[in-house]
Amino acid sequence: MNKILVGLLLGGILGIFDGLTAWFYPEARAGIVGIVIGSTIKGLIAGVLIGVFARKVNSLAWGVVFGLGVGLILAFVVAYMDGHGYYFKIMLPGGTVGLIVGYATQRYGSAAHLQRT
Amino acid sequence: MTWLSDQVVDRLQATLRLPDLSGTRYRPIRYLARGGMGTVWLAEDTVLDRRVALKILDAADHSGELAARLLREARILARLEHPGIVPVHDAGTLGDGRVFYCMKYVEGQRLDHALRNINSLPERLRLLARIAEPIAFAHSKGILHRDLKPENIMIGSFGEVLVMDWGVAKVKGSAPTACLIATPATTGEAAEEKTEVNRRLDSSSTSATSSLNLPETGHGGIFGTPGYMSPEQTRSDPVDERTDVFSLGAILTFMLSPITTGQADSSSQPQPLRPVPRPLQAICAKATAPERVSRYASVEDLSADLARYLEGLPVTAYREGFFERAGRVSARHRVAIVLVTAYLLMRLLLIFFSRR
Repeated sequence: MNKILVGLLLGGILGIFDGLTAWFYPEARAGIVGIVIGSTIKGLIAGVLIGVFARKVNSLAWGVVFGLGVGLILAFVVAYMDGHGYYFKIMLPGGTVGLIVGYATQRYGSAAHLQRT
Repeated sequence: MTWLSDQVVDRLQATLRLPDLSGTRYRPIRYLARGGMGTVWLAEDTVLDRRVALKILDAADHSGELAARLLREARILARLEHPGIVPVHDAGTLGDGRVFYCMKYVEGQRLDHALRNINSLPERLRLLARIAEPIAFAHSKGILHRDLKPENIMIGSFGEVLVMDWGVAKVKGSAPTACLIATPATTGEAAEEKTEVNRRLDSSSTSATSSLNLPETGHGGIFGTPGYMSPEQTRSDPVDERTDVFSLGAILTFMLSPITTGQADSSSQPQPLRPVPRPLQAICAKATAPERVSRYASVEDLSADLARYLEGLPVTAYREGFFERAGRVSARHRVAIVLVTAYLLMRLLLIFFSRR
Protein backbone atom coordinates (compact mmCIF):
# COMPACT_ATOMS: atom_id res chain seq x y z
CA MET A 1 0.00 0.00 0.00
CA ASN A 2 1.09 3.56 -0.76
CA LYS A 3 2.93 5.21 2.15
CA ILE A 4 0.65 8.24 2.17
CA LEU A 5 -2.39 5.99 2.16
CA VAL A 6 -0.99 3.99 5.08
CA GLY A 7 -0.41 7.24 6.99
CA LEU A 8 -3.87 8.54 6.13
CA LEU A 9 -5.68 5.34 7.14
CA LEU A 10 -3.74 4.72 10.31
CA GLY A 11 -3.76 8.40 11.30
CA GLY A 12 -7.53 8.51 10.77
CA ILE A 13 -8.25 5.29 12.69
CA LEU A 14 -5.98 6.16 15.60
CA GLY A 15 -7.38 9.71 15.57
CA ILE A 16 -10.95 8.41 15.92
CA PHE A 17 -9.87 6.02 18.67
CA ASP A 18 -7.95 8.78 20.44
CA GLY A 19 -11.00 11.04 20.33
CA LEU A 20 -13.33 8.30 21.58
CA THR A 21 -11.24 7.85 24.72
CA ALA A 22 -12.50 11.27 25.80
CA TRP A 23 -15.70 9.44 26.75
CA PHE A 24 -13.88 8.15 29.83
CA TYR A 25 -13.33 11.70 31.05
CA PRO A 26 -16.66 12.94 32.47
CA GLU A 27 -15.69 16.58 32.02
CA ALA A 28 -15.12 16.06 28.28
CA ARG A 29 -18.03 13.68 27.59
CA ALA A 30 -20.42 16.45 26.62
CA GLY A 31 -18.29 17.60 23.72
CA ILE A 32 -17.21 14.16 22.52
CA VAL A 33 -18.44 14.63 18.94
CA GLY A 34 -16.31 17.72 18.48
CA ILE A 35 -13.36 15.99 20.12
CA VAL A 36 -13.65 12.94 17.85
CA ILE A 37 -13.92 15.11 14.72
CA GLY A 38 -10.98 17.26 15.78
CA SER A 39 -8.89 14.27 16.76
CA THR A 40 -9.65 12.54 13.46
CA ILE A 41 -8.66 15.61 11.46
CA LYS A 42 -5.48 15.86 13.51
CA GLY A 43 -4.75 12.19 12.81
CA LEU A 44 -5.37 12.63 9.09
CA ILE A 45 -3.11 15.68 8.88
CA ALA A 46 -0.39 13.85 10.82
CA GLY A 47 -0.85 10.77 8.60
CA VAL A 48 -0.47 12.75 5.36
CA LEU A 49 2.58 14.64 6.62
CA ILE A 50 4.26 11.49 7.89
CA GLY A 51 3.33 9.58 4.72
CA VAL A 52 4.81 12.29 2.50
CA PHE A 53 7.96 12.27 4.62
CA ALA A 54 8.17 8.48 4.37
CA ARG A 55 7.99 8.76 0.59
CA LYS A 56 10.87 11.22 0.55
CA VAL A 57 13.03 9.65 3.26
CA ASN A 58 13.34 5.89 3.26
CA SER A 59 14.55 5.36 6.83
CA LEU A 60 12.76 3.62 9.68
CA ALA A 61 14.59 5.58 12.37
CA TRP A 62 13.94 8.96 10.77
CA GLY A 63 10.35 7.98 10.08
CA VAL A 64 9.77 7.23 13.76
CA VAL A 65 11.50 10.45 14.88
CA PHE A 66 9.55 12.54 12.37
CA GLY A 67 6.26 10.85 13.33
CA LEU A 68 6.90 11.49 17.01
CA GLY A 69 7.74 15.12 16.28
CA VAL A 70 4.65 15.73 14.14
CA GLY A 71 2.43 13.98 16.68
CA LEU A 72 3.81 16.08 19.52
CA ILE A 73 3.54 19.38 17.64
CA LEU A 74 -0.05 18.78 16.51
CA ALA A 75 -1.03 17.60 19.99
CA PHE A 76 0.58 20.70 21.47
CA VAL A 77 -1.45 22.91 19.12
CA VAL A 78 -4.65 21.09 20.16
CA ALA A 79 -3.79 21.35 23.87
CA TYR A 80 -2.98 25.04 23.45
CA MET A 81 -6.27 25.70 21.64
CA ASP A 82 -8.15 23.73 24.31
CA GLY A 83 -6.94 26.17 26.92
CA HIS A 84 -7.41 23.82 29.89
CA GLY A 85 -3.75 23.03 30.19
CA TYR A 86 -4.09 19.30 29.54
CA TYR A 87 -0.74 19.27 27.81
CA PHE A 88 0.43 15.96 29.26
CA LYS A 89 -2.89 14.15 28.71
CA ILE A 90 -3.08 15.29 25.08
CA MET A 91 0.55 15.36 24.01
CA LEU A 92 1.59 11.94 25.34
CA PRO A 93 -1.01 9.96 23.33
CA GLY A 94 -0.65 12.35 20.38
CA GLY A 95 3.10 11.79 20.26
CA THR A 96 2.64 8.00 20.53
CA VAL A 97 0.11 8.00 17.71
CA GLY A 98 2.59 9.95 15.55
CA LEU A 99 5.32 7.47 16.44
CA ILE A 100 3.13 4.49 15.47
CA VAL A 101 2.14 6.13 12.18
CA GLY A 102 5.80 6.99 11.50
CA TYR A 103 6.81 3.38 12.05
CA ALA A 104 3.92 1.94 10.05
CA THR A 105 4.46 4.15 6.99
CA GLN A 106 8.09 3.12 6.76
CA ARG A 107 7.53 -0.54 7.56
CA TYR A 108 4.33 -1.29 5.69
CA GLY A 109 4.06 1.40 3.03
CA SER A 110 5.39 0.52 -0.41
CA ALA A 111 7.84 2.88 -2.09
CA ALA A 112 6.62 5.10 -4.91
CA HIS A 113 6.83 3.43 -8.32
CA LEU A 114 9.43 4.72 -10.72
CA GLN A 115 7.92 6.33 -13.75
CA ARG A 116 9.31 5.64 -17.17
CA THR A 117 10.01 8.75 -19.21
CA MET B 1 80.38 -34.95 -4.04
CA THR B 2 77.93 -32.39 -2.60
CA TRP B 3 74.45 -33.49 -1.59
CA LEU B 4 71.61 -31.17 -2.32
CA SER B 5 69.39 -30.26 0.59
CA ASP B 6 65.73 -31.23 0.52
CA GLN B 7 64.84 -27.59 0.20
CA VAL B 8 66.92 -27.20 -2.91
CA VAL B 9 65.54 -30.43 -4.37
CA ASP B 10 61.99 -29.26 -3.70
CA ARG B 11 62.70 -25.96 -5.38
CA LEU B 12 64.24 -27.70 -8.39
CA GLN B 13 61.25 -30.02 -8.66
CA ALA B 14 58.87 -27.09 -8.43
CA THR B 15 60.78 -25.32 -11.19
CA LEU B 16 60.75 -28.44 -13.36
CA ARG B 17 57.01 -28.79 -12.89
CA LEU B 18 56.33 -25.26 -14.10
CA PRO B 19 54.53 -25.45 -17.43
CA ASP B 20 56.23 -24.14 -20.51
CA LEU B 21 54.12 -21.13 -21.30
CA SER B 22 56.51 -19.69 -23.85
CA GLY B 23 54.66 -18.29 -26.78
CA THR B 24 51.74 -17.29 -24.60
CA ARG B 25 51.04 -14.10 -22.70
CA TYR B 26 51.20 -15.94 -19.36
CA ARG B 27 54.07 -16.41 -16.92
CA PRO B 28 53.72 -19.22 -14.36
CA ILE B 29 53.92 -18.17 -10.71
CA ARG B 30 53.08 -21.23 -8.68
CA TYR B 31 51.21 -24.47 -8.57
CA LEU B 32 47.68 -24.32 -7.16
CA ALA B 33 46.11 -27.75 -7.52
CA ARG B 34 46.46 -31.00 -9.36
CA GLY B 35 43.96 -33.39 -10.78
CA GLY B 36 43.92 -36.36 -13.07
CA MET B 37 43.13 -34.41 -16.20
CA GLY B 38 45.15 -31.32 -15.52
CA THR B 39 46.78 -28.92 -13.17
CA VAL B 40 45.73 -25.47 -12.10
CA TRP B 41 48.49 -22.88 -11.99
CA LEU B 42 48.60 -19.37 -10.73
CA ALA B 43 50.01 -17.29 -13.55
CA GLU B 44 50.54 -13.71 -14.50
CA ASP B 45 48.93 -12.24 -17.57
CA THR B 46 51.86 -10.20 -18.85
CA VAL B 47 49.73 -8.12 -21.21
CA LEU B 48 47.10 -7.00 -18.73
CA ASP B 49 49.41 -7.29 -15.71
CA ARG B 50 47.07 -9.32 -13.55
CA ARG B 51 47.00 -12.69 -11.84
CA VAL B 52 44.99 -15.45 -13.44
CA ALA B 53 44.46 -19.16 -12.94
CA LEU B 54 45.41 -21.52 -15.75
CA LYS B 55 44.01 -24.98 -16.04
CA ILE B 56 46.35 -27.03 -18.20
CA LEU B 57 46.11 -30.64 -19.34
CA ASP B 58 48.84 -32.78 -17.79
CA ALA B 59 50.02 -34.15 -21.10
CA ALA B 60 49.24 -33.74 -24.75
CA ASP B 61 46.08 -35.72 -25.37
CA HIS B 62 46.45 -37.73 -28.57
CA SER B 63 42.95 -39.18 -28.45
CA GLY B 64 41.58 -35.68 -28.04
CA GLU B 65 39.06 -36.80 -25.45
CA LEU B 66 40.52 -34.98 -22.44
CA ALA B 67 41.25 -31.89 -24.49
CA ALA B 68 37.69 -31.89 -25.74
CA ARG B 69 36.41 -32.26 -22.18
CA LEU B 70 38.56 -29.39 -20.93
CA LEU B 71 37.49 -27.17 -23.78
CA ARG B 72 33.87 -28.15 -23.22
CA GLU B 73 34.17 -27.06 -19.59
CA ALA B 74 35.76 -23.78 -20.69
CA ARG B 75 33.01 -23.20 -23.23
CA ILE B 76 30.30 -23.87 -20.67
CA LEU B 77 31.92 -21.40 -18.27
CA ALA B 78 32.29 -18.87 -21.09
CA ARG B 79 28.56 -19.12 -21.80
CA LEU B 80 27.76 -18.34 -18.20
CA GLU B 81 28.56 -14.69 -17.70
CA HIS B 82 27.35 -14.13 -14.17
CA PRO B 83 28.91 -12.56 -11.05
CA GLY B 84 28.43 -15.88 -9.27
CA ILE B 85 30.42 -17.86 -11.83
CA VAL B 86 34.20 -17.54 -12.37
CA PRO B 87 34.75 -16.03 -15.81
CA VAL B 88 36.93 -17.66 -18.44
CA HIS B 89 39.27 -15.21 -20.15
CA ASP B 90 41.02 -17.33 -22.71
CA ALA B 91 41.58 -20.86 -23.99
CA GLY B 92 44.18 -22.33 -26.28
CA THR B 93 46.94 -24.83 -26.89
CA LEU B 94 50.49 -24.66 -25.58
CA GLY B 95 53.54 -25.22 -27.75
CA ASP B 96 53.72 -28.85 -26.59
CA GLY B 97 50.13 -29.53 -27.66
CA ARG B 98 48.51 -29.33 -24.24
CA VAL B 99 45.17 -27.60 -24.05
CA PHE B 100 44.60 -24.95 -21.38
CA TYR B 101 42.12 -22.35 -20.36
CA CYS B 102 42.59 -19.20 -18.37
CA MET B 103 40.17 -17.92 -15.77
CA LYS B 104 39.90 -15.32 -13.07
CA TYR B 105 41.96 -15.98 -9.97
CA VAL B 106 39.86 -15.48 -6.87
CA GLU B 107 40.74 -15.88 -3.22
CA GLY B 108 38.20 -16.93 -0.66
CA GLN B 109 36.87 -19.67 1.57
CA ARG B 110 34.91 -22.79 0.84
CA LEU B 111 31.31 -22.67 2.01
CA ASP B 112 31.82 -25.30 4.70
CA HIS B 113 34.66 -23.22 6.17
CA ALA B 114 32.93 -19.88 5.75
CA LEU B 115 29.92 -21.17 7.68
CA ARG B 116 31.98 -21.25 10.87
CA ASN B 117 31.80 -17.48 10.90
CA ILE B 118 28.13 -17.25 9.95
CA ASN B 119 26.02 -18.17 12.93
CA SER B 120 22.83 -16.28 12.17
CA LEU B 121 20.10 -18.36 10.55
CA PRO B 122 18.75 -15.54 8.31
CA GLU B 123 22.29 -14.82 7.13
CA ARG B 124 22.77 -18.46 6.17
CA LEU B 125 19.47 -18.50 4.33
CA ARG B 126 20.34 -15.34 2.44
CA LEU B 127 23.64 -16.97 1.53
CA LEU B 128 21.84 -19.96 0.07
CA ALA B 129 19.59 -17.64 -1.92
CA ARG B 130 22.74 -16.07 -3.37
CA ILE B 131 24.14 -19.50 -4.20
CA ALA B 132 20.92 -20.28 -6.03
CA GLU B 133 21.21 -17.19 -8.27
CA PRO B 134 24.01 -18.42 -10.57
CA ILE B 135 22.40 -21.86 -10.68
CA ALA B 136 19.11 -20.36 -11.78
CA PHE B 137 21.01 -18.32 -14.35
CA ALA B 138 22.75 -21.44 -15.67
CA HIS B 139 19.40 -23.21 -15.91
CA SER B 140 18.04 -20.31 -17.93
CA LYS B 141 20.93 -20.93 -20.33
CA GLY B 142 20.10 -24.63 -20.49
CA ILE B 143 23.01 -25.81 -18.31
CA LEU B 144 22.76 -28.12 -15.29
CA HIS B 145 25.60 -28.10 -12.77
CA ARG B 146 25.09 -31.67 -11.43
CA ASP B 147 27.84 -31.47 -8.80
CA LEU B 148 26.69 -28.88 -6.29
CA LYS B 149 28.16 -29.37 -2.82
CA PRO B 150 29.67 -27.12 -0.14
CA GLU B 151 33.21 -27.70 -1.47
CA ASN B 152 32.17 -26.29 -4.82
CA ILE B 153 30.81 -23.07 -3.37
CA MET B 154 33.33 -20.37 -2.61
CA ILE B 155 32.82 -17.23 -0.59
CA GLY B 156 35.21 -14.57 -1.86
CA SER B 157 37.11 -12.14 0.33
CA PHE B 158 34.43 -9.49 -0.23
CA GLY B 159 31.58 -11.88 0.51
CA GLU B 160 30.88 -12.67 -3.13
CA VAL B 161 29.47 -16.13 -3.79
CA LEU B 162 31.01 -18.22 -6.55
CA VAL B 163 29.80 -21.56 -7.82
CA MET B 164 32.74 -23.64 -9.00
CA ASP B 165 33.46 -26.95 -10.73
CA TRP B 166 31.36 -26.95 -13.85
CA GLY B 167 33.38 -29.90 -15.16
CA VAL B 168 30.45 -32.29 -15.04
CA ALA B 169 27.87 -29.73 -16.09
CA LYS B 170 25.37 -30.86 -18.68
CA VAL B 171 23.97 -28.86 -21.51
CA LYS B 172 20.30 -29.70 -21.75
CA GLY B 173 19.44 -31.56 -24.89
CA SER B 174 23.02 -32.67 -25.53
CA ALA B 175 23.85 -36.33 -26.03
CA PRO B 176 24.55 -38.30 -22.85
CA THR B 177 28.20 -38.77 -22.04
CA ALA B 178 29.24 -42.37 -21.54
CA CYS B 179 31.41 -42.22 -18.50
CA LEU B 180 31.09 -42.46 -14.78
CA ILE B 181 32.07 -39.60 -12.58
CA ALA B 182 31.49 -39.80 -8.87
CA THR B 183 33.39 -37.13 -6.99
CA PRO B 184 34.01 -38.08 -3.36
CA ALA B 185 33.15 -35.35 -0.92
CA THR B 186 36.38 -34.13 0.59
CA THR B 187 36.97 -33.69 4.28
CA GLY B 188 36.59 -30.10 5.27
CA GLU B 189 38.69 -30.37 8.43
CA ALA B 190 41.74 -31.37 6.50
CA ALA B 191 41.56 -28.44 4.18
CA GLU B 192 43.20 -25.13 4.85
CA GLU B 193 41.16 -22.38 6.46
CA LYS B 194 42.04 -19.94 3.71
CA THR B 195 42.06 -21.60 0.35
CA GLU B 196 42.32 -20.33 -3.14
CA VAL B 197 39.14 -20.58 -5.10
CA ASN B 198 40.86 -22.06 -8.08
CA ARG B 199 42.27 -24.91 -6.03
CA ARG B 200 38.84 -26.44 -6.26
CA LEU B 201 38.63 -26.17 -9.96
CA ASP B 202 40.46 -29.34 -10.67
CA SER B 203 38.40 -31.87 -8.80
CA SER B 204 36.29 -32.45 -11.85
CA SER B 205 39.41 -33.23 -13.82
CA THR B 206 40.38 -35.87 -11.30
CA SER B 207 37.05 -37.46 -11.74
CA ALA B 208 37.20 -37.25 -15.47
CA THR B 209 40.42 -39.16 -15.71
CA SER B 210 39.35 -41.77 -13.24
CA SER B 211 36.22 -42.13 -15.28
CA LEU B 212 38.19 -43.43 -18.19
CA ASN B 213 39.13 -46.51 -16.19
CA LEU B 214 35.61 -47.14 -15.05
CA PRO B 215 32.99 -49.13 -16.85
CA GLU B 216 30.55 -47.27 -18.99
CA THR B 217 27.01 -46.91 -17.82
CA GLY B 218 24.01 -47.77 -19.84
CA HIS B 219 22.27 -44.40 -19.98
CA GLY B 220 25.19 -42.08 -20.04
CA GLY B 221 26.84 -41.63 -16.71
CA ILE B 222 26.68 -41.09 -12.99
CA PHE B 223 27.84 -37.59 -12.19
CA GLY B 224 27.99 -35.92 -8.82
CA THR B 225 28.81 -36.49 -5.18
CA PRO B 226 27.11 -39.02 -2.91
CA GLY B 227 24.96 -37.20 -0.38
CA TYR B 228 24.39 -34.27 -2.72
CA MET B 229 23.48 -36.25 -5.80
CA SER B 230 19.81 -36.70 -6.61
CA PRO B 231 18.38 -40.26 -6.73
CA GLU B 232 17.81 -40.01 -10.47
CA GLN B 233 21.46 -39.02 -10.87
CA THR B 234 22.61 -42.10 -8.93
CA ARG B 235 20.39 -44.24 -11.14
CA SER B 236 21.88 -42.47 -14.17
CA ASP B 237 18.39 -41.57 -15.30
CA PRO B 238 17.84 -38.46 -17.39
CA VAL B 239 18.08 -35.34 -15.22
CA ASP B 240 16.62 -31.85 -15.33
CA GLU B 241 16.75 -28.67 -13.20
CA ARG B 242 15.31 -30.56 -10.25
CA THR B 243 18.55 -32.48 -9.85
CA ASP B 244 20.26 -29.19 -8.90
CA VAL B 245 17.25 -28.36 -6.70
CA PHE B 246 17.98 -31.60 -4.83
CA SER B 247 21.66 -30.66 -4.40
CA LEU B 248 20.72 -27.17 -3.21
CA GLY B 249 18.31 -28.75 -0.73
CA ALA B 250 21.12 -31.00 0.52
CA ILE B 251 23.38 -27.94 0.85
CA LEU B 252 20.61 -26.13 2.76
CA THR B 253 20.27 -29.15 5.07
CA PHE B 254 24.02 -29.09 5.54
CA MET B 255 23.98 -25.36 6.29
CA LEU B 256 21.27 -25.80 8.91
CA SER B 257 22.63 -28.96 10.49
CA PRO B 258 24.70 -29.01 13.70
CA ILE B 259 27.79 -30.29 11.88
CA THR B 260 28.30 -26.90 10.28
CA THR B 261 28.51 -25.11 13.58
CA GLY B 262 31.55 -26.95 14.86
CA GLN B 263 33.56 -29.33 12.76
CA ALA B 264 32.78 -28.56 9.19
CA ASP B 265 32.86 -31.86 7.39
CA SER B 266 30.73 -32.09 4.35
CA SER B 267 31.64 -35.71 3.82
CA SER B 268 29.17 -36.48 6.58
CA GLN B 269 25.63 -37.01 5.51
CA PRO B 270 23.40 -34.07 6.40
CA GLN B 271 22.12 -34.57 9.93
CA PRO B 272 18.51 -34.34 11.05
CA LEU B 273 17.60 -30.74 11.77
CA ARG B 274 17.14 -30.10 15.48
CA PRO B 275 16.47 -26.49 16.44
CA VAL B 276 15.47 -25.56 12.91
CA PRO B 277 11.95 -24.18 12.47
CA ARG B 278 9.45 -26.56 10.91
CA PRO B 279 8.84 -24.51 7.75
CA LEU B 280 12.56 -24.66 7.02
CA GLN B 281 12.62 -28.39 7.65
CA ALA B 282 9.75 -28.68 5.21
CA ILE B 283 11.65 -26.63 2.63
CA CYS B 284 14.64 -28.96 3.00
CA ALA B 285 12.41 -32.01 2.77
CA LYS B 286 10.63 -30.73 -0.33
CA ALA B 287 13.87 -29.78 -2.07
CA THR B 288 15.43 -33.18 -1.35
CA ALA B 289 12.33 -35.28 -2.02
CA PRO B 290 13.35 -38.65 -3.53
CA GLU B 291 10.75 -38.27 -6.28
CA ARG B 292 11.51 -35.26 -8.38
CA VAL B 293 7.84 -34.52 -9.01
CA SER B 294 7.57 -33.76 -5.28
CA ARG B 295 10.43 -31.25 -5.40
CA TYR B 296 10.37 -27.59 -6.28
CA ALA B 297 9.97 -27.28 -10.02
CA SER B 298 12.87 -24.83 -10.26
CA VAL B 299 15.62 -23.19 -8.27
CA GLU B 300 13.65 -19.93 -8.39
CA ASP B 301 10.75 -21.65 -6.60
CA LEU B 302 13.10 -22.81 -3.85
CA SER B 303 14.57 -19.30 -3.53
CA ALA B 304 11.10 -17.78 -3.45
CA ASP B 305 10.08 -20.07 -0.59
CA LEU B 306 13.23 -19.12 1.32
CA ALA B 307 12.50 -15.44 0.71
CA ARG B 308 8.94 -15.93 1.98
CA TYR B 309 10.30 -17.57 5.13
CA LEU B 310 12.74 -14.71 5.67
CA GLU B 311 9.94 -12.17 5.29
CA GLY B 312 7.79 -14.01 7.82
CA LEU B 313 5.31 -15.16 5.19
CA PRO B 314 3.87 -18.68 4.87
CA VAL B 315 5.96 -21.05 2.78
CA THR B 316 4.49 -23.31 0.12
CA ALA B 317 6.27 -26.37 1.52
CA TYR B 318 4.56 -26.26 4.90
CA ARG B 319 0.95 -26.11 5.99
CA GLU B 320 0.90 -24.35 9.33
CA GLY B 321 -1.63 -24.70 12.12
CA PHE B 322 -3.62 -21.88 13.69
CA PHE B 323 -1.21 -21.26 16.56
CA GLU B 324 1.81 -21.47 14.31
CA ARG B 325 0.20 -18.95 12.00
CA ALA B 326 -0.61 -16.65 14.92
CA GLY B 327 2.94 -16.97 16.21
CA ARG B 328 4.41 -16.21 12.80
CA VAL B 329 2.17 -13.19 12.23
CA SER B 330 2.87 -11.79 15.69
CA ALA B 331 6.60 -12.34 15.21
CA ARG B 332 6.44 -10.56 11.88
CA HIS B 333 4.60 -7.55 13.32
CA ARG B 334 6.25 -7.65 16.73
CA VAL B 335 7.25 -3.98 16.83
CA ALA B 336 3.87 -2.75 15.66
CA ILE B 337 2.11 -4.92 18.25
CA VAL B 338 4.40 -3.64 21.01
CA LEU B 339 3.79 -0.02 19.96
CA VAL B 340 0.01 -0.37 19.85
CA THR B 341 -0.02 -2.26 23.16
CA ALA B 342 2.12 0.45 24.74
CA TYR B 343 -0.29 3.09 23.40
CA LEU B 344 -3.32 1.25 24.82
CA LEU B 345 -1.63 0.72 28.18
CA MET B 346 -0.70 4.37 28.34
CA ARG B 347 -4.28 5.33 27.54
CA LEU B 348 -5.59 3.04 30.30
CA LEU B 349 -3.11 4.47 32.81
CA LEU B 350 -4.06 8.04 31.89
CA ILE B 351 -7.77 7.25 32.37
CA PHE B 352 -7.07 5.42 35.61
CA PHE B 353 -5.02 8.26 37.11
CA SER B 354 -7.37 10.99 35.92
CA ARG B 355 -10.25 9.28 37.80
CA ARG B 356 -8.42 9.09 41.11
